[in-house]
Amino acid sequence: MVCSWGGYTFIINLIPMHVLLCIVTGRYSSRLYVAYAPLVVLGTLLAALVPVVGFNAVLTSEHFASFLVFIILHVVALVYYIKGLLTPRLFKVAMTFVLTVGLALCLAVVAILAALVASSPTKGWSGRSLSLLDPTYASKYIPIIASVSEHQPPTWPSYFMAINVLAFLVPAGIISCFLPLSDASSFLVLYLVTSVYFSGVMVRLMLVLAPAVCILSGIALSEAFNVLTRSMKFQRPISDDTLPTAGDSTPGSSSTATITTSTKNANIKKEKMGTISKERSSKKSRKETELVGSSPVRPEKEEKLCVLPSEASAMGILFLIMLCGLYVIHCVWAAAEAYSAPSIVLTSRSHDGLHVYDDFRESYAWLRHNTEVDDKVASWWDYGYQTTAMANRTVIVDNNTWNNTHIATVGTAMSSPEKGAWEIFNSLDVKYVLVVFGGLIGYPSDDINKFLWMVRIGGGEFPHIKEQDYLRDGNYRVDAQGTPTMLNCLMYKLCYYRFAETDGKGFDRARRYEIGRKHFKLTHFEEVFTTQHWMVRIYKLKPQKNRVRGKLKLKLKSSSKTSLMRKGAGKKNPWQ
Amino acid sequence: DIFIPVVENAGSEPVSKVLLAFPNIQAKNLAAIRAFGTEGKVKGLSSVLPIEVVEPSGVPPELTFFSASLHKPLQKGKILHLDVLTVFTHFLQPFPEEITQADSQLVVFQDSSHYLSPYPVKVQTLSIRLPGGRVESYTKYGNTKLVDSELKYGPYEDVPPFSYNPIIVHFENNNPFAVAKELIREIEISHWGNVQITEHYNIVHGGARLKGEFSRLDYQSRPYARGVSSFRHLIARLPARAHSIYYRDEIGNISTSHLWSDSKKTQLEIEPRFPLFGGWQTTFTIGYGLPLQDFVFSADGKRFLNITFGSPMEEILIEKLIVKVVLPEGSKDIDVSAPFPTNQWQEVKYSHLDIAGRPVLVLEKPDVIPEHNLHFQVYYKFNNISLLIEPMMLITGFFLLFVACIAYMHTDMSISKNSPSYLAKLQWDEVQATVQQIQGIFHQCLAVHDKLETSLHDLSRTGDAKSCKAARKAADAQFKELAKELKPLLLSVQSSPQSYQIWPKLDDLVAKERELQDKLMARHATVVDSVEKKQRGQDIENRISSQQQKIAALRQEVESLLEYLSEI
Repeated sequence: MVCSWGGYTFIINLIPMHVLLCIVTGRYSSRLYVAYAPLVVLGTLLAALVPVVGFNAVLTSEHFASFLVFIILHVVALVYYIKGLLTPRLFKVAMTFVLTVGLALCLAVVAILAALVASSPTKGWSGRSLSLLDPTYASKYIPIIASVSEHQPPTWPSYFMAINVLAFLVPAGIISCFLPLSDASSFLVLYLVTSVYFSGVMVRLMLVLAPAVCILSGIALSEAFNVLTRSMKFQRPISDDTLPTAGDSTPGSSSTATITTSTKNANIKKEKMGTISKERSSKKSRKETELVGSSPVRPEKEEKLCVLPSEASAMGILFLIMLCGLYVIHCVWAAAEAYSAPSIVLTSRSHDGLHVYDDFRESYAWLRHNTEVDDKVASWWDYGYQTTAMANRTVIVDNNTWNNTHIATVGTAMSSPEKGAWEIFNSLDVKYVLVVFGGLIGYPSDDINKFLWMVRIGGGEFPHIKEQDYLRDGNYRVDAQGTPTMLNCLMYKLCYYRFAETDGKGFDRARRYEIGRKHFKLTHFEEVFTTQHWMVRIYKLKPQKNRVRGKLKLKLKSSSKTSLMRKGAGKKNPWQ
Repeated sequence: DIFIPVVENAGSEPVSKVLLAFPNIQAKNLAAIRAFGTEGKVKGLSSVLPIEVVEPSGVPPELTFFSASLHKPLQKGKILHLDVLTVFTHFLQPFPEEITQADSQLVVFQDSSHYLSPYPVKVQTLSIRLPGGRVESYTKYGNTKLVDSELKYGPYEDVPPFSYNPIIVHFENNNPFAVAKELIREIEISHWGNVQITEHYNIVHGGARLKGEFSRLDYQSRPYARGVSSFRHLIARLPARAHSIYYRDEIGNISTSHLWSDSKKTQLEIEPRFPLFGGWQTTFTIGYGLPLQDFVFSADGKRFLNITFGSPMEEILIEKLIVKVVLPEGSKDIDVSAPFPTNQWQEVKYSHLDIAGRPVLVLEKPDVIPEHNLHFQVYYKFNNISLLIEPMMLITGFFLLFVACIAYMHTDMSISKNSPSYLAKLQWDEVQATVQQIQGIFHQCLAVHDKLETSLHDLSRTGDAKSCKAARKAADAQFKELAKELKPLLLSVQSSPQSYQIWPKLDDLVAKERELQDKLMARHATVVDSVEKKQRGQDIENRISSQQQKIAALRQEVESLLEYLSEI
C-alpha cells in the first residue's frame, strides 16, 4: 500500500491503536504479539524501500505511534512472561522494582524524543497529516493542499450519495459489534470511528470510510437476517416447547409470554436490535470460552426469547431484501453517473441531443502529434498527469505534490506579467504553455477560477507575488474592476487573447461578466493551437531574439543559443 | 496526378514493343503506369498492354525506360493508338513552402512541353488541366493558351527524339494534400464468420507548412478565407455490409464521425481531432467487420480471400502501405496473387489460445494511390475441424481443473503417516464421530423427557393416571437402553488422547443428564401419586415447584452443553 498511496499512514496508525486498545483492555495474547511485531519490522523495512518514503519511515511522527506501541507490546509481553515464571509475591516485588527503573528510563527517552520532535517546526508531522488532525491547518499554511477540491470537507449530501442506505445500517452494525466486544469487533469499531472522522475532514478519505461502512452494515444485515430467519424457522417447535412447561404450572405464564411477543410485535425495529445483540452476545461469548477453553458455558435464558412472530419476521426479511435491491440500483446509478463519467470528456444535453466537448483530448492529441518529442509543456498542475499520459510530453508540474516549489514556480509565472513569465518559462526550457479557458462555453473549473491558488501557492514561495495586488474588494475579478496587476498577468492574457473579437464585447460565460481588458497583443508568446470550444489554448514561447534590443542585438546574435539561455536565466531570475 | 494521353504511330518495320521514357526524377515518383492500345483508325476496344522496365543500350542514363509489349506486332505503315496513363506522386511542389493560416496554397508544376520520346514526333500537344483558382504564372511560348483552367501548349510539329522544353506552372491548389506516411491494414479472417479489418493511419498534411500562429478565432469566423489550405475530414467508402465500425486513436474513441450506409456501400466520414494544416499530422485507427461469405470463397479444395488492396479512403496518397492478412491457425499452402509487384513475407501472430500461431502474410508497397485499389487474392488451405480446437482446449482445460480438484479433495496429501499431528488428526476425527453418536443418544434422551412431560400434561387434562404410569415405565426402559448404548461410546472417547478438551464437558453432560433423568422421574412419580391421591392442583404445584426449577435449570444446562458439543 505504501507504493500506491500516502494514505498508508492511516493504516500504520490504526493498527497500533488497536493493539494498544487490546493491551489496555487486558486482551493481550501471544497471537497479538505474533501478528503485530513482524508487521512493524517488515512493514517498516518494506516501506523504506519505496523511494518517496525512504528514511521518512523511521523519521517522521506519523510512524512514531507504531514504534511506541511496538515497545509497549514488548514490555507487556515481558511482564506476562515473568508473571508466568515467578510466584505472585515475588512478582509484585519485581514489578515495583521494574516499574521504578522502567519509568525513569521511559521518562528519559520521552524527554529526548520530545526535544527532538519539538525542534522541528511542524513537530515532525507532515503537512498532510497535520491538515487531517487539524482541519483548519491546510487553509492557513499549505495552500497547495487546500487548493484541491477533493481535500475539502464533504457535505451531507455527498455522504448520502456515497454510502446511501448503509448510513442507517452502520449504527446497528456498531451495536452488534459492541455487546460482546472481541478483538476483531473492537478493531472494526475503531476503524469506523477514525475513518468517519477523517472522511469528515477530506472528501477523498471517503475511500477509507467505505470499507468500514461496508463491513459494519454487512454485519448488521447478516445479524438481522439471522434473527428473522431463525425466528421463522423455530416458530413452531418453540411454541410447542414452551406450552408444556407453561401449561404444567399455570396458563397464566403462557399468556404473559404471548403478551411479551405482542409487545415485541409493536416495536419490531427496536426489538430487532435487541435480539441481534443478544444473539451476537451468546455466540461471541461461546467463541471466547472456546478460545480460552476454561469455564463451562453459562446457560442463557434470553436465547429462547428472541423469537418474533412469523408475519413480522417475513415482513422484515422482505423489507431488508427490498432495501438491498434499492441499494444495488443506487450503486449502479452512482457508478455510472458519478464515478465513471470521465471529467476529460464533457457532455451537455440540449434539445437537439447530446453535445460532446472533447477539447481536452483534442489538444492533447495535437500536442502529441505536432510538437517535438522532447518539448516541455507548462500548465497548471491539475493537467500534469493528463498531459504526460495523453500527449506524451514532459510537463513541468504534475499532480504529484510531494514538493511544491516547482508548482509555486509555475504559479508565479502564471501570475507574473508577460515578460517575467517568459523568463521563468524559458529558464525551465518550456516550449509550450497550456491554459484551460472556460469563458466561451461557460466551463467553470478553468484556470481563471483556479487562479487564486496560483497566486497563493506562488506567493507562498516567492514573496514578490502579493495576493492583495490581484484582489479587488476581496475578490478576484477580471472585469473592468480588476486590478491592473490582474489584467496584466500572463494567465489573463493567455486566456483572453483575442477573446473579445468573438462577440465584440468579450462576455465571459463562466463568470458572467464582460472582461476588463479586451484588445491587447502578445509580445513573448504566440498562439499555436486553440481547441474547438476554446477550452484549451496552447501558446508557444517566441524565440529569444524578439526580446533583445539596442546594443545587445549585435553581440547576442553572434553568440550561441546556449550561452544566451544561460545569460537570460542568470541575468534576472525573479525567484532566486 | 497528372494525366498524359499519348498517341503514337509506328515506323517502318513490324515492332512488338513501344518504349516510353521518363526522366529519373519523375520515374522515382511514378506510382502507376498503364497503357491501352487500339490498332487502326477507328476507336475500338482498347486492350491493356503489359508494361515492364527495360534498359536499352545507348540511351542517356538520366532516363528510365518502360516498354509496353503489344499483343501482336505492328506491321509497317499501320497505326497504333496508344493511351498511356501515368500517375506521379509528389509532383507538385508547394511554393512558397511555408504559408500562414490566411494564405492559400500555391504549387509549382514542372515538366516539358515536348513529350520526351525516344522516337521522332510528328505532331504533339500538351494540355494541363488545373484545379481552378488563381494561376500565378506559367512559362509562355509562342503557342500557349490559357483557357479557363486549362493550359495548352502546342501543337508542335516534327519534334526530334529526346527533345526537352521545360515549362513551369505556378498555380493555386487547395485540394487536401492528405498523405498517409504509413498505413497498416490488418485483415484477420475468422472462420466463425467474420473478416475483421483494422487500419492504422498516420496522416500528414503534405502541402505547404503552416507558419506562425493558428488562430481558432479566424478559423471559426471565416473558415473559407482563413484556413483554406487545411482539411477537416476524410471520407472512407467501406463495403456495403460493414459492421461494428470504430474510429479511435491512442487516447480513446474519437466522437467526430458520421456514418451513412445503404445497400451498395457504407460511407464513413471521419474528422480527425483537429483540422490538419500544412505539416500537421495525426494518427488514428479505424476498424470494421465484414461478413465472411462476401470475401472468402472456396475453389478447387482451396479457399481464397478476395479483397481490395488499398485504403478505403478517398483522395489519399499512401507512402507506405503494409497489408497483413492474418489467416486462421492451421492454414497451409498460402499463396497470393496481386495485380502489381509487392514485397511479401510471412509472419506469425499469436492471439488468444493460439498454440502454433496464426500465419500472417505481409504485403508491402510504397506509394499507393486510389488507382491501386484493386482486388487481390490470398489462397490457402484450411480444415474446418481446426475451428473446434480452441473450444475443445478450453473444455479439456476446465475438465482437467475440476478433475484435479476432485482428486485433491479425495486424496490424503500428508507426507508422513506416522507424524504426531497426522495421528492426532485421525484420532480427532474418530472422537468427533463418536461425539456425534453420543449427541444423537442425548437427543433421544431429551425426546424421552419431552414424552414424559406431555404425559404429565395429559394427566392434568384427563386425569388418566394409568397411561401416565405406563408412559413412565416405557421411558424408564428407554433410558436404560440408551445408557447401555452410551457406555461403550463414552469409553472409547475417554480412551482417546484427543478427547482431553471434550471429556470434562462430556462427563459433565452425562452427570447432568443422569440428574435430570432422576429429577424428572421423581417429579413424575410425585405428580402421579398426588393425582392418584386426588390432591388439589395447588398442592401439587407446591410440592413440585422446587423440583420444577431445578429441572428447568438442568435442562437448560444440558441443552447448552449439547450445543457446545455440536459446535465442535
